Amino acid sequence: MRTLRFLLRKEFLQIFRDRFMVGLSIVMPLVQLLILSSAATFEVKSATVYVVDRDHSATSRGLVARLQASRRFLVVSASPSMQLADEAMLARRVAMIVGIPIDFERDIVRTHSATVQLVLNAEDGATAGVTQSYAAQIIAAYARELGADIAPTARSAPTFEIRARGWYNPELRYRDYMVPGILVQLVTVVGTLLTAMNIVREKEIGTLDQLSVTPLSRGVFIAAKLIPLWLIALLELALGLLVARFVFHVPMLGSIPLVFGAAGLYLIAALGIGLFVSTLASTQQQAMFVTFFIVMIYLLMSGLFTPIRSMPEWAQWITQVNPVKHFIGIMRAVLLKGAGVGDVLQPLAALAVFGAVVLTLAVRQYGRRAG
Amino acid sequence: MNGGALRAFIVKEIRHILRDRQTLTILLLMPLVQVVLFGFALRSDVRNIRVAVVDPAPDYATVALRNRFTTSSRFNVVAVARTREVIEPLFRRGEADIALIFAPGFGNDIASTEPARLLLAVDASDPNTGTVIQSYARAVIASYAAELPAARGGVQIATRTRMRFNPTLESVNLFVPGLIALVLTLVSALMTAVSLSREKERGTLEVLLVSPLRPVQIIVGKVLPYLGLAFANVLTALLAAWLVFHVPFRGSLLLLLAESVVYALVSLALGVLIAARTSSQRAAMLAAMLGTMLPSTLLSGMIFPIASMPAWLSPVTNIVPARWFIVIARGIMLKGVGLPYLWRESLVLVVMALVLMGAAVRSFTPRLA
Repeated sequence: MRTLRFLLRKEFLQIFRDRFMVGLSIVMPLVQLLILSSAATFEVKSATVYVVDRDHSATSRGLVARLQASRRFLVVSASPSMQLADEAMLARRVAMIVGIPIDFERDIVRTHSATVQLVLNAEDGATAGVTQSYAAQIIAAYARELGADIAPTARSAPTFEIRARGWYNPELRYRDYMVPGILVQLVTVVGTLLTAMNIVREKEIGTLDQLSVTPLSRGVFIAAKLIPLWLIALLELALGLLVARFVFHVPMLGSIPLVFGAAGLYLIAALGIGLFVSTLASTQQQAMFVTFFIVMIYLLMSGLFTPIRSMPEWAQWITQVNPVKHFIGIMRAVLLKGAGVGDVLQPLAALAVFGAVVLTLAVRQYGRRAG
Repeated sequence: MNGGALRAFIVKEIRHILRDRQTLTILLLMPLVQVVLFGFALRSDVRNIRVAVVDPAPDYATVALRNRFTTSSRFNVVAVARTREVIEPLFRRGEADIALIFAPGFGNDIASTEPARLLLAVDASDPNTGTVIQSYARAVIASYAAELPAARGGVQIATRTRMRFNPTLESVNLFVPGLIALVLTLVSALMTAVSLSREKERGTLEVLLVSPLRPVQIIVGKVLPYLGLAFANVLTALLAAWLVFHVPFRGSLLLLLAESVVYALVSLALGVLIAARTSSQRAAMLAAMLGTMLPSTLLSGMIFPIASMPAWLSPVTNIVPARWFIVIARGIMLKGVGLPYLWRESLVLVVMALVLMGAAVRSFTPRLA
């Protein structure tokens, strides 16, 4: 126990001696959080629209006016030529083209049906689908409005009153959804990378060999290495949560101790991965690349950027062994939905199992390499 | 005069790269793994939507509408209950995405021309998925309403949608151009910074300095092998994307490679600058990661559209080289356009390359003294 205390003191001294690294590993993630939380958004703002109106009727102008009035669309140019519109899209000046055919009004009056063409620039990622669904909703509402005007006899048809409500995030603020996930990413990168590089550095300098001929037990040595980094990562999380709360006003409905409990469990797994990497690498450069590679795969498969449930079945199964996924799930459920321990029992158990397995493997691997 | 020395220096660099098998393997594997992940696993379309139905008084109409959801390929009814209390726990555990809440007397209202009331409660913690799910649910209800016997007479405006440049919204198509930028940044900026700062840390840089090699030659010698590696990476990624995922390539390959060289030069110059300013390998790595890798992934439009960013942030992206390169690469690959549409972006990259390389050579020279 006494040796552990001495070793811990040594580790803390060593870590805090390198002011530059301490600054970098505590301040930079916070700066990242500030920038990232603003950048990491698929929020769909107003889309620029090119109107190709070949009808020039009151009805077609009404449709364009409805799009404008929604504030989701901004008509930037109009002409009767589809070709000009296409060129504008190629040059990235517009995100959507609305094509209204000749006889649009006449068709609506006579047959009560017409077709509008929507062309979306799908080059800009996930937003095209959302933009399209907004446009379709506005057009459908306009059709109902026209129905009431043109065919008042149809009043007797059944009407539906559909109200929709977005729970947990009624204002659809993308940032509230992303910030808990980004916090996980930052804590993961710092925890895993620092662990891997810290141990490999001792290897590189040669002090690891010196330590291994001392009567220190393997467990004590590893504990002394991991505990300070575990604390730093938790501190990081605390700072990040403060920023999230007071700068971004992210709602925190659930219990904060539960968040830290889950983080403590999760970090055992994350640091375990770092420890495992350190046994494989012999230079800091290698440690960094291997960590970077593993963390990248974990993050991409974690549901941070794309919903897990959009993945094919087999990929969803793989994500079950991804601790990052479980922790992001817990963070989002607890902070945004106010989930309690009972609601997140399953991912918590997964984290505990994963942490135990990784740490055991890493320690055994470590023994084989160094001992 | 010392072309031979330069060649020897380049050979030495290549040996350094080849000797570190682990790093090399990862550098070569990374783009492939990413292409595969993005091609197979990462999609943003919404499928298998889980519906919880709250039906306080089942009748013919609610059952018919429920069946619509059951038989729809997108939806999956996971729970049917009489009261609303069941929804909240389902949402909190993440076991349902949307709740369909009928008002009592739904069927009677339809028959009697009263508005039939229906509440859609969506788990909107992920706002975009929430919006999309809601619009799918509305579409199912609308198709049900349209087939009711009394539904004739209303006006229907159909929409014909065309997703230009990427009709199936495959994320791999969007991602591969970004991936090229990422790989070029990783190898050019990060590896160069690390390798130069390692020579500094070990003191071998001073040995190089007193050699007959001139500073520019040292930089060229350092940079050339990594440039070669970067291109090997770009080509494997492109080949994998093309063979496995049939990612379209509509424009000129030659133009894309030329633009890649310009972009790689920008990144290499950044790498040299970082190495000149930092004192240790660790610091160089972290600085390169935070200064080049992160902006290239997150502020470049590769994953997150720049148009979605807040007003203060989108001008900031203009100083990120990858932002310009990705517009060019997507333009060439997905739209098949050439310089007439891309000259502005290309000009920005060329200017960046010239300025940064000038700065890199300057920052390196005083260190030699």
